Amino acid sequence: MTLMPDAVDSTCWVVIPLYNEATMIGGVVDELRTRFAHVVCVDDGSSDDSVAVAEAAGARVIRHPHNLGQGAALQTGISYALTHSSAEYIVTFDADGQHRLVDALAMLQRAREEDLAIVFGSRFLDDRTRPGFLKTIVLKTAVAVTNVSTGLTLTDAHNGLRVLRRDAAERIELNQDRMAHATEIVVQLGRARLPWAEHPVHVIYTDYSKAKGQSLLNSVNILVDLVIN
Amino acid sequence: MWFQIILVLALLGIAVYLLRSTPSPRHLAIRRLVMLVGILAGIVVIIWPDLLTVLAQLVGIGRGADLLFYLAIIIGLLYTVNEYKRSVRLARLNTRLAREITLTEARLNDRISELEARLDAPRSGSARTDSGSSSASRDTTE
Repeated sequence: MTLMPDAVDSTCWVVIPLYNEATMIGGVVDELRTRFAHVVCVDDGSSDDSVAVAEAAGARVIRHPHNLGQGAALQTGISYALTHSSAEYIVTFDADGQHRLVDALAMLQRAREEDLAIVFGSRFLDDRTRPGFLKTIVLKTAVAVTNVSTGLTLTDAHNGLRVLRRDAAERIELNQDRMAHATEIVVQLGRARLPWAEHPVHVIYTDYSKAKGQSLLNSVNILVDLVIN
Repeated sequence: MWFQIILVLALLGIAVYLLRSTPSPRHLAIRRLVMLVGILAGIVVIIWPDLLTVLAQLVGIGRGADLLFYLAIIIGLLYTVNEYKRSVRLARLNTRLAREITLTEARLNDRISELEARLDAPRSGSARTDSGSSSASRDTTE
């Protein structure tokens, strides 16, 4: 790897939507803080110790007054990061520990080297990640809908790991508060016509993250949310 | 069966309305006109109930009461769709408002810690001159 060992990046802000993840968020922030100076957690009205744990681990925690949804939290985090002129890049990261720091670093490096505005993480570019059969159907359906409505050809639409250059992040204005934001973000970035790429990432499915993952029925909600104006 | 066509078209119209339209003064005006026409029609039908049956038979339905029933369903649907759209709109406004509160609070906190840091800096500087080398060595290690 050509990554500089242990260099702390202060021009890239990590944005993490946070909702009742007290068991996982500490480790996630701890690891991110070894390489990123700015880690922002957007607390979406957690009722557990998430905020205290994240702050103890060194994250800047900003708080929604009540629960609004992951999409809303993501947008708040992006807006907050953009108020800081030091933010050249924004990395979106999940709070539940399913993403890996090395993937985020590799995607960021690729964005810089290849001058890309957007790098999407994808778990389907190689066969390291093994979601279950039903989950594969859900995710593939989401991808198909996304591709039809955006004109992009992604292999994985609902991956929370993304790298956005400042100009790309400024184009995002999420209205979908719930899970449909993952498709909405691709739609808006697709319209921006900025250079983008997909990067293979490994998603760690633990029993914990499986229990929290998207169900088949929830994909019905996503479709309806997207279609209704 | 004229009325079947009319009913299907009405339902399709509601579906399109659900999916596409956005609130505007034009829509509000149309809604109010429709309501006005509905009230006038209601008064007319109350005074001359037989008109309802005549109208029903004109569109291929036997009884006036049936026509009334079908129309009531359509109006009920329209109302539901309207309310649904309104709640979506309000939810978005609520999100925006909550976001503004969050961002304002975050900016204020950032500013406060910035000012606190600035206040702390000269204080530790003066402490260095007062209490000698022990605090000075601590400052350099930080």
